[in-house]
Amino acid sequence: MHSVDLDIYRPIAILMIAAVGFAISPLAMAWLWSKKFSPRKPGPVKNATYECGLASQGDAWIQFRAEYYLYAIVFLIFDVEAIFLLPFAVAFSGLTLGAAIAMLVFILLLAEGLVWAWQKRVLVWV
Amino acid sequence: MDQKLKIELSQQGIFATTLEEVYNWGRKNSVWPLTFGLACCAIEMIATTMARYDLARFGAEVFRPSPRQADLMIVAGTVTKKMAPQVVRLYNQMPEPKYVIAMGACAISGGPFKQGYNVLKGIDRYIPVDVHIPGCPPRPEALIDAFMTLQKKIDAQHLTGDLRPRHLRADTSSEFVVPQYGAHDLEPAKNPKLWNITLKATPTEPRAGENEPGKS
Repeated sequence: MHSVDLDIYRPIAILMIAAVGFAISPLAMAWLWSKKFSPRKPGPVKNATYECGLASQGDAWIQFRAEYYLYAIVFLIFDVEAIFLLPFAVAFSGLTLGAAIAMLVFILLLAEGLVWAWQKRVLVWV
Repeated sequence: MDQKLKIELSQQGIFATTLEEVYNWGRKNSVWPLTFGLACCAIEMIATTMARYDLARFGAEVFRPSPRQADLMIVAGTVTKKMAPQVVRLYNQMPEPKYVIAMGACAISGGPFKQGYNVLKGIDRYIPVDVHIPGCPPRPEALIDAFMTLQKKIDAQHLTGDLRPRHLRADTSSEFVVPQYGAHDLEPAKNPKLWNITLKATPTEPRAGENEPGKS
Protein backbone atom coordinates (compact mmCIF):
# COMPACT_ATOMS: atom_id res chain seq x y z
CA MET A 1 0.00 0.00 0.00
CA HIS A 2 2.80 2.35 0.90
CA SER A 3 4.78 1.77 -2.32
CA VAL A 4 1.68 2.43 -4.44
CA ASP A 5 1.38 5.89 -2.89
CA LEU A 6 4.94 6.76 -3.92
CA ASP A 7 4.37 5.51 -7.46
CA ILE A 8 1.73 8.18 -7.94
CA TYR A 9 4.35 10.89 -7.56
CA ARG A 10 6.84 9.40 -10.03
CA PRO A 11 5.52 11.40 -13.08
CA ILE A 12 5.82 14.61 -11.04
CA ALA A 13 9.42 13.79 -10.17
CA ILE A 14 10.21 13.05 -13.84
CA LEU A 15 8.51 16.29 -14.91
CA MET A 16 10.49 18.27 -12.34
CA ILE A 17 13.79 16.81 -13.52
CA ALA A 18 12.79 17.53 -17.13
CA ALA A 19 11.81 21.10 -16.24
CA VAL A 20 15.09 21.81 -14.48
CA GLY A 21 17.02 20.24 -17.34
CA PHE A 22 15.04 22.29 -19.86
CA ALA A 23 16.00 25.46 -18.03
CA ILE A 24 19.63 24.60 -17.39
CA SER A 25 20.60 22.98 -20.70
CA PRO A 26 20.39 26.17 -22.86
CA LEU A 27 22.48 28.03 -20.27
CA ALA A 28 25.01 25.22 -20.18
CA MET A 29 25.11 25.07 -23.97
CA ALA A 30 25.64 28.82 -24.21
CA TRP A 31 28.41 28.60 -21.65
CA LEU A 32 30.11 25.74 -23.51
CA TRP A 33 29.69 27.58 -26.81
CA SER A 34 31.37 30.69 -25.46
CA LYS A 35 34.20 28.53 -24.06
CA LYS A 36 34.74 26.89 -27.42
CA PHE A 37 34.21 29.70 -29.92
CA SER A 38 33.79 33.25 -28.68
CA PRO A 39 36.59 34.75 -26.61
CA ARG A 40 35.77 37.19 -23.84
CA LYS A 41 36.48 40.78 -24.75
CA PRO A 42 36.13 43.04 -21.76
CA GLY A 43 37.34 46.62 -21.79
CA PRO A 44 37.19 49.80 -19.73
CA VAL A 45 34.43 51.42 -21.80
CA LYS A 46 32.46 48.17 -22.12
CA ASN A 47 32.66 47.53 -18.37
CA ALA A 48 31.68 51.08 -17.47
CA THR A 49 28.86 51.41 -14.93
CA TYR A 50 26.50 53.29 -17.23
CA GLU A 51 25.81 52.30 -20.81
CA CYS A 52 25.78 55.85 -22.06
CA GLY A 53 27.49 57.66 -24.89
CA LEU A 54 28.86 60.20 -22.45
CA ALA A 55 31.57 59.39 -19.95
CA SER A 56 30.13 59.58 -16.45
CA GLN A 57 31.51 62.39 -14.33
CA GLY A 58 31.71 63.09 -10.61
CA ASP A 59 30.53 61.01 -7.70
CA ALA A 60 27.11 59.50 -7.13
CA TRP A 61 27.48 60.08 -3.35
CA ILE A 62 26.46 63.72 -3.21
CA GLN A 63 24.41 65.52 -0.56
CA PHE A 64 21.05 66.90 -1.45
CA ARG A 65 19.89 70.11 0.23
CA ALA A 66 17.31 69.51 2.99
CA GLU A 67 15.49 72.77 2.23
CA TYR A 68 12.73 71.21 0.25
CA TYR A 69 11.77 69.06 3.21
CA LEU A 70 10.45 72.03 5.23
CA TYR A 71 8.76 73.47 2.18
CA ALA A 72 6.98 70.16 1.59
CA ILE A 73 5.82 69.91 5.20
CA VAL A 74 4.37 73.42 5.13
CA PHE A 75 2.60 72.57 1.90
CA LEU A 76 1.20 69.37 3.40
CA ILE A 77 -0.20 71.19 6.46
CA PHE A 78 -1.97 73.80 4.39
CA ASP A 79 -3.19 71.20 1.94
CA VAL A 80 -4.95 69.43 4.84
CA GLU A 81 -6.23 72.75 6.15
CA ALA A 82 -7.86 73.45 2.80
CA ILE A 83 -9.74 70.14 3.08
CA PHE A 84 -11.07 71.18 6.52
CA LEU A 85 -11.98 74.65 5.28
CA LEU A 86 -14.37 73.31 2.68
CA PRO A 87 -16.92 71.72 5.12
CA PHE A 88 -16.41 74.70 7.40
CA ALA A 89 -17.47 77.06 4.61
CA VAL A 90 -20.42 74.86 3.59
CA ALA A 91 -21.80 74.59 7.16
CA PHE A 92 -20.79 78.13 8.14
CA SER A 93 -24.29 79.66 8.58
CA GLY A 94 -25.53 76.71 10.66
CA LEU A 95 -22.57 76.52 13.06
CA THR A 96 -22.85 77.11 16.81
CA LEU A 97 -20.63 79.73 18.45
CA GLY A 98 -18.43 77.01 20.04
CA ALA A 99 -17.81 75.28 16.74
CA ALA A 100 -16.99 78.56 14.99
CA ILE A 101 -14.49 79.53 17.71
CA ALA A 102 -12.89 76.06 17.59
CA MET A 103 -12.47 76.37 13.81
CA LEU A 104 -11.04 79.89 14.11
CA VAL A 105 -8.53 78.67 16.70
CA PHE A 106 -7.51 75.90 14.30
CA ILE A 107 -7.01 78.36 11.44
CA LEU A 108 -5.16 80.87 13.66
CA LEU A 109 -2.79 78.15 14.91
CA LEU A 110 -1.90 77.24 11.36
CA ALA A 111 -1.62 80.90 10.35
CA GLU A 112 0.81 81.41 13.23
CA GLY A 113 2.81 78.48 11.87
CA LEU A 114 2.86 80.13 8.48
CA VAL A 115 4.11 83.40 9.98
CA TRP A 116 6.84 81.45 11.80
CA ALA A 117 7.88 79.67 8.59
CA TRP A 118 7.85 82.97 6.76
CA GLN A 119 10.12 84.55 9.34
CA LYS A 120 12.48 81.56 9.19
CA ARG A 121 12.71 82.19 5.42
CA VAL A 122 11.46 78.70 4.63
CA LEU A 123 9.38 80.05 1.76
CA VAL A 124 12.38 81.70 0.12
CA TRP A 125 13.93 79.37 -2.42
CA VAL A 126 17.69 79.76 -2.43
CA MET B 1 30.26 20.51 -45.67
CA ASP B 2 30.51 19.81 -49.37
CA GLN B 3 27.76 21.67 -51.21
CA LYS B 4 27.40 19.03 -53.91
CA LEU B 5 26.95 16.27 -51.38
CA LYS B 6 24.40 18.36 -49.53
CA ILE B 7 22.33 18.90 -52.67
CA GLU B 8 22.53 15.22 -53.51
CA LEU B 9 21.42 14.28 -50.03
CA SER B 10 18.51 16.73 -50.13
CA GLN B 11 17.38 15.17 -53.42
CA GLN B 12 17.20 11.87 -51.59
CA GLY B 13 15.14 13.50 -48.86
CA ILE B 14 17.91 13.84 -46.30
CA PHE B 15 18.46 17.24 -44.74
CA ALA B 16 22.04 17.79 -43.66
CA THR B 17 23.52 20.89 -42.08
CA THR B 18 26.46 22.05 -40.01
CA LEU B 19 26.61 23.69 -36.61
CA GLU B 20 28.03 26.81 -38.26
CA GLU B 21 25.08 27.09 -40.64
CA VAL B 22 22.49 26.66 -37.90
CA TYR B 23 24.30 29.18 -35.72
CA ASN B 24 24.56 31.77 -38.48
CA TRP B 25 20.96 31.17 -39.54
CA GLY B 26 19.82 31.95 -36.02
CA ARG B 27 22.09 34.95 -35.74
CA LYS B 28 21.17 36.61 -39.02
CA ASN B 29 17.45 36.33 -38.34
CA SER B 30 17.48 37.95 -34.93
CA VAL B 31 19.62 41.04 -35.18
CA TRP B 32 18.77 43.64 -32.54
CA PRO B 33 19.59 47.16 -33.66
CA LEU B 34 20.41 49.98 -31.29
CA THR B 35 17.74 52.69 -30.93
CA PHE B 36 19.89 55.43 -32.22
CA GLY B 37 19.31 58.13 -34.81
CA LEU B 38 21.39 61.19 -35.56
CA ALA B 39 19.60 63.12 -38.28
CA CYS B 40 16.98 62.87 -41.03
CA CYS B 41 18.07 59.33 -42.00
CA ALA B 42 16.67 58.26 -38.64
CA ILE B 43 13.18 59.19 -39.90
CA GLU B 44 13.64 56.76 -42.79
CA MET B 45 14.97 54.19 -40.32
CA ILE B 46 11.82 54.62 -38.20
CA ALA B 47 9.69 54.28 -41.32
CA THR B 48 11.54 51.07 -42.16
CA THR B 49 10.51 49.53 -38.86
CA MET B 50 6.88 50.57 -39.17
CA ALA B 51 3.93 48.81 -40.83
CA ARG B 52 4.55 49.90 -44.42
CA TYR B 53 8.12 48.59 -44.79
CA ASP B 54 8.17 46.29 -41.76
CA LEU B 55 11.77 45.40 -40.92
CA ALA B 56 10.29 42.77 -38.57
CA ARG B 57 10.01 40.47 -41.59
CA PHE B 58 13.79 40.17 -41.41
CA GLY B 59 13.92 39.64 -37.66
CA ALA B 60 15.28 43.05 -36.79
CA GLU B 61 12.33 44.77 -35.17
CA VAL B 62 13.60 44.73 -31.60
CA PHE B 63 15.31 48.10 -31.34
CA ARG B 64 17.10 48.17 -27.99
CA PRO B 65 17.62 51.37 -26.01
CA SER B 66 20.78 49.97 -24.41
CA PRO B 67 23.99 49.17 -26.29
CA ARG B 68 24.47 46.19 -23.99
CA GLN B 69 21.52 44.42 -25.63
CA ALA B 70 22.19 45.43 -29.23
CA ASP B 71 23.98 43.66 -32.10
CA LEU B 72 23.67 46.24 -34.82
CA MET B 73 24.39 49.94 -34.88
CA ILE B 74 22.65 51.80 -37.68
CA VAL B 75 24.51 55.11 -37.93
CA ALA B 76 21.55 57.00 -39.36
CA GLY B 77 22.54 60.54 -40.15
CA THR B 78 25.16 63.22 -39.91
CA VAL B 79 27.93 62.44 -37.45
CA THR B 80 29.19 65.76 -36.17
CA LYS B 81 32.59 65.92 -34.56
CA LYS B 82 30.83 66.67 -31.29
CA MET B 83 28.83 63.44 -31.59
CA ALA B 84 31.60 61.14 -32.89
CA PRO B 85 33.09 60.26 -29.45
CA GLN B 86 29.63 59.30 -28.18
CA VAL B 87 29.01 57.09 -31.22
CA VAL B 88 32.33 55.30 -30.75
CA ARG B 89 31.73 54.88 -27.02
CA LEU B 90 28.29 53.39 -27.65
CA TYR B 91 29.82 51.05 -30.21
CA ASN B 92 32.46 50.00 -27.69
CA GLN B 93 29.75 49.18 -25.17
CA MET B 94 27.95 46.78 -27.49
CA PRO B 95 28.68 43.10 -26.89
CA GLU B 96 30.27 40.94 -29.57
CA PRO B 97 29.40 40.09 -32.28
CA LYS B 98 28.47 43.59 -33.39
CA TYR B 99 27.80 45.07 -36.79
CA VAL B 100 27.52 48.57 -38.21
CA ILE B 101 25.43 49.90 -41.07
CA ALA B 102 26.45 53.42 -42.12
CA MET B 103 23.23 54.89 -43.48
CA GLY B 104 23.21 57.83 -45.83
CA ALA B 105 25.70 60.13 -47.46
CA CYS B 106 26.63 61.86 -44.19
CA ALA B 107 27.43 58.70 -42.24
CA ILE B 108 29.55 57.25 -45.03
CA SER B 109 31.45 60.36 -46.09
CA GLY B 110 30.16 63.57 -44.51
CA GLY B 111 27.74 64.02 -47.39
CA PRO B 112 26.70 67.58 -48.23
CA PHE B 113 28.54 68.79 -45.12
CA LYS B 114 31.85 67.21 -46.12
CA GLN B 115 33.50 70.59 -46.64
CA GLY B 116 32.26 71.86 -43.31
CA TYR B 117 34.42 72.25 -40.24
CA ASN B 118 32.25 70.31 -37.81
CA VAL B 119 31.15 67.16 -39.59
CA LEU B 120 33.02 63.87 -39.51
CA LYS B 121 33.88 62.68 -43.00
CA GLY B 122 32.53 59.19 -42.50
CA ILE B 123 32.08 57.11 -39.35
CA ASP B 124 34.35 54.42 -40.84
CA ARG B 125 37.28 56.52 -39.66
CA TYR B 126 36.59 55.28 -36.13
CA ILE B 127 34.51 52.10 -36.22
CA PRO B 128 34.48 49.19 -38.69
CA VAL B 129 31.48 49.60 -40.98
CA ASP B 130 29.99 46.45 -42.49
CA VAL B 131 27.54 47.95 -44.96
CA HIS B 132 27.51 51.45 -46.46
CA ILE B 133 24.30 52.85 -47.95
CA PRO B 134 24.49 55.95 -50.14
CA GLY B 135 21.52 58.29 -50.44
CA CYS B 136 20.30 61.49 -48.89
CA PRO B 137 18.39 60.06 -47.15
CA PRO B 138 18.28 56.47 -48.43
CA ARG B 139 14.79 55.13 -48.88
CA PRO B 140 13.55 52.42 -46.50
CA GLU B 141 14.02 49.89 -49.32
CA ALA B 142 17.71 50.82 -49.37
CA LEU B 143 18.00 50.18 -45.63
CA ILE B 144 16.24 46.84 -46.06
CA ASP B 145 18.67 46.01 -48.88
CA ALA B 146 21.58 46.95 -46.64
CA PHE B 147 20.15 44.78 -43.91
CA MET B 148 19.81 41.83 -46.30
CA THR B 149 23.42 42.41 -47.37
CA LEU B 150 24.42 42.27 -43.72
CA GLN B 151 22.44 39.04 -43.31
CA LYS B 152 24.37 37.52 -46.22
CA LYS B 153 27.59 38.67 -44.60
CA ILE B 154 26.65 37.12 -41.24
CA ASP B 155 25.63 33.92 -43.01
CA ALA B 156 29.06 33.64 -44.66
CA GLN B 157 31.08 34.07 -41.46
CA HIS B 158 33.13 31.11 -40.29
CA LEU B 159 33.28 29.91 -36.73
CA THR B 160 36.79 28.53 -36.95
CA GLY B 161 39.83 28.84 -39.16
CA ASP B 162 41.88 31.77 -40.36
CA LEU B 163 38.94 33.40 -42.09
CA ARG B 164 36.89 33.77 -38.93
CA PRO B 165 35.72 37.30 -38.20
CA ARG B 166 37.24 39.77 -35.77
CA HIS B 167 34.92 39.02 -32.86
CA LEU B 168 35.99 35.35 -32.74
CA ARG B 169 39.70 36.16 -32.49
CA ALA B 170 41.03 36.38 -28.97
CA ASP B 171 43.86 38.75 -29.92
CA THR B 172 41.62 41.53 -31.26
CA SER B 173 40.04 44.08 -28.95
CA SER B 174 36.34 44.80 -29.00
CA GLU B 175 37.01 48.44 -28.16
CA PHE B 176 38.11 51.08 -30.60
CA VAL B 177 39.86 54.32 -29.74
CA VAL B 178 37.42 57.00 -28.59
CA PRO B 179 38.41 60.38 -30.05
CA GLN B 180 38.83 63.39 -27.77
CA TYR B 181 38.13 67.03 -28.51
CA GLY B 182 41.44 68.62 -29.41
CA ALA B 183 42.39 72.22 -30.00
CA HIS B 184 41.38 72.14 -33.67
CA ASP B 185 39.98 68.74 -34.47
CA LEU B 186 39.22 65.38 -32.96
CA GLU B 187 42.29 63.60 -31.67
CA PRO B 188 43.11 61.23 -33.23
CA ALA B 189 41.51 62.44 -36.46
CA LYS B 190 41.08 58.79 -37.53
CA ASN B 191 41.77 55.30 -36.31
CA PRO B 192 44.85 54.34 -38.37
CA LYS B 193 44.05 50.64 -38.01
CA LEU B 194 40.72 51.16 -39.76
CA TRP B 195 41.34 54.10 -42.04
CA ASN B 196 44.69 54.04 -43.78
CA ILE B 197 43.68 55.36 -47.16
CA THR B 198 45.99 58.06 -48.47
CA LEU B 199 44.19 60.56 -50.62
CA LYS B 200 45.93 61.07 -53.92
CA ALA B 201 46.58 64.67 -54.82
CA THR B 202 45.15 65.10 -58.30
CA PRO B 203 46.91 67.54 -60.63
CA THR B 204 44.85 70.64 -61.13
CA GLU B 205 43.51 70.70 -64.65
CA PRO B 206 41.33 73.35 -66.13
CA ARG B 207 37.80 72.03 -65.98
CA ALA B 208 35.86 71.57 -69.22
CA GLY B 209 34.22 74.81 -70.13
CA GLU B 210 36.71 76.97 -68.30
CA ASN B 211 38.97 79.41 -70.13
CA GLU B 212 36.85 79.13 -73.24
CA PRO B 213 35.35 82.21 -74.77
CA GLY B 214 31.61 82.39 -74.81
CA LYS B 215 31.21 80.21 -71.72
CA SER B 216 31.31 81.24 -68.14
